[in-house]
Amino acid sequence: MKLPAKAAQPNSENLPFFEGAEQGDLVLPRCNDCEFVIWFPREICPECGSQNVSWFKASGKGSIYSSTVTRRIPGGWSKVTPFVLAYVELDEGPRVMTNIVECDPEHVSIGDRVEAVFEEATNRDGESGPPLLRFRVTES
Amino acid sequence: MSIKGKAFIAGVYEHPGRHLPDRTLPQIHADVALGALADAGLSTSDVDAYYSAGDAPGFGVLSMVDYLGLDCHYVNDTETGGSSYLVHAQHAATAIAAGHIDVALITLAGKPRTGGDAPGGSGRAGGAPEAPFESQWGMSVPGGYALAAQRHMHEFGTTSEQLAEIKVAASTHAQHNPQAFLQDVVSVDEVLESPMISDPLHRLDCCVITDGGGAMVIVSESVANRLTRHAIPILGTGSFVKSSQSGRIDLTHTGAVRSGPLAFAEAGVTPNDIDYVSVYDSFTITVLITLEDLGFCERGAGGQFVASGALRAPHGELPFNTDGGGLCNNHPANRGGMTKVIEAVRQLRNEAHTEVQVPDCELAVAHGTGGSLATRSASSTMVLGRSL
Repeated sequence: MKLPAKAAQPNSENLPFFEGAEQGDLVLPRCNDCEFVIWFPREICPECGSQNVSWFKASGKGSIYSSTVTRRIPGGWSKVTPFVLAYVELDEGPRVMTNIVECDPEHVSIGDRVEAVFEEATNRDGESGPPLLRFRVTES
Repeated sequence: MSIKGKAFIAGVYEHPGRHLPDRTLPQIHADVALGALADAGLSTSDVDAYYSAGDAPGFGVLSMVDYLGLDCHYVNDTETGGSSYLVHAQHAATAIAAGHIDVALITLAGKPRTGGDAPGGSGRAGGAPEAPFESQWGMSVPGGYALAAQRHMHEFGTTSEQLAEIKVAASTHAQHNPQAFLQDVVSVDEVLESPMISDPLHRLDCCVITDGGGAMVIVSESVANRLTRHAIPILGTGSFVKSSQSGRIDLTHTGAVRSGPLAFAEAGVTPNDIDYVSVYDSFTITVLITLEDLGFCERGAGGQFVASGALRAPHGELPFNTDGGGLCNNHPANRGGMTKVIEAVRQLRNEAHTEVQVPDCELAVAHGTGGSLATRSASSTMVLGRSL
């Protein structure tokens, strides 16, 4: 079943991430001073404090750091249980909270290799917004 | 400067209610404020400092100082979720040690069982810089803690049976607490057979949802000396905000790895010296990881430690949460920090239920965890003594 897809509202600081998503690309910020790959997207490096940041296209590949099958939850998500909430560790380093989709939730495991999929998302008024960064398993 | 021995918990009060549809939030703050002041032998006119967090309605401390009729020259509304009240106690002890204040009142109140807004500054959440990257994935509170539990199991072989023993121990304590929300003793099998919420956390791995609240009164030595009530000295405190670690979050530890050593060092004691511990217990996994972080067992060995029966009062190696904790007794306003301090004070005053009173309880730890283990959280540890 398709998971709820609520579009994020980009702002001037995180816009490059969402412009990348519109193109189907995972675009991340990197510190120009210490080369740290920054997550969550922002224009300050949490490692060295520099605001000298640029954006680059990442591989969109990674592996599952942790995952859970949620079976009971209030609200709209109750209609799509069981679903997989996960942290994916990107090959570039960051651990990213997300959902694993296009899968049998009972067979998703820590360590599985995954790749980014960008899913259509809509805002409260039903208008389309930047797609959501989710992942599917490529190798378990 | 150290706060050791400069500040004393002179009064505590836990609201007896667990479902309070007919009391307003300010009324519950008042109930617990007056209860803790009466326990200390003080009144509202003695208070010169007031603390609360996101659970204080309206304009926070301004609204509540006005409603309660206080005259304060020191207020603080530090918001770190469920650990807020331990952080407040630390700040109050610091201000007392500096000679700025003499009587600090800290209150917690909430009505999640009745319904309504959760505390925590929901008005601020919309602008959180992390929100566009975390709020889209259906992360419930249990779901977030489940991510931590899954990773701990993966790295250390921790089992669901071991987590269940934490709930079992809490339930054996809660059977003696007539105010506990859940008073029935449960077995490991009953925990494992309760509905799965988010793998591997079952319903009985989760804390209760209750209305209510609590309060504490912290005073200077000069005030403590003129009170007849047994005031509990604060021996050491430590707090730490564990961030999402620049996007490299390690889900298998909490900020207690930093707050604990600070508190033990200030008190001049080690985990081995502790007779009783109140551990934050939003979920069973919160307890297990925190026990490791505070140094009560080796990292990764929390499962074996709890399965040994260590947590069971009165004779376990490290009796915990003898009121039944958040898992069985009370988790008012979805925040367990206040009740952790209250039960530690009961133990040190020798006023816990006789079936769970730890013999010769001289040193206790109260520990709070706020926020989410899955993202960012604040840990606060306090070492308390029966006497200086």
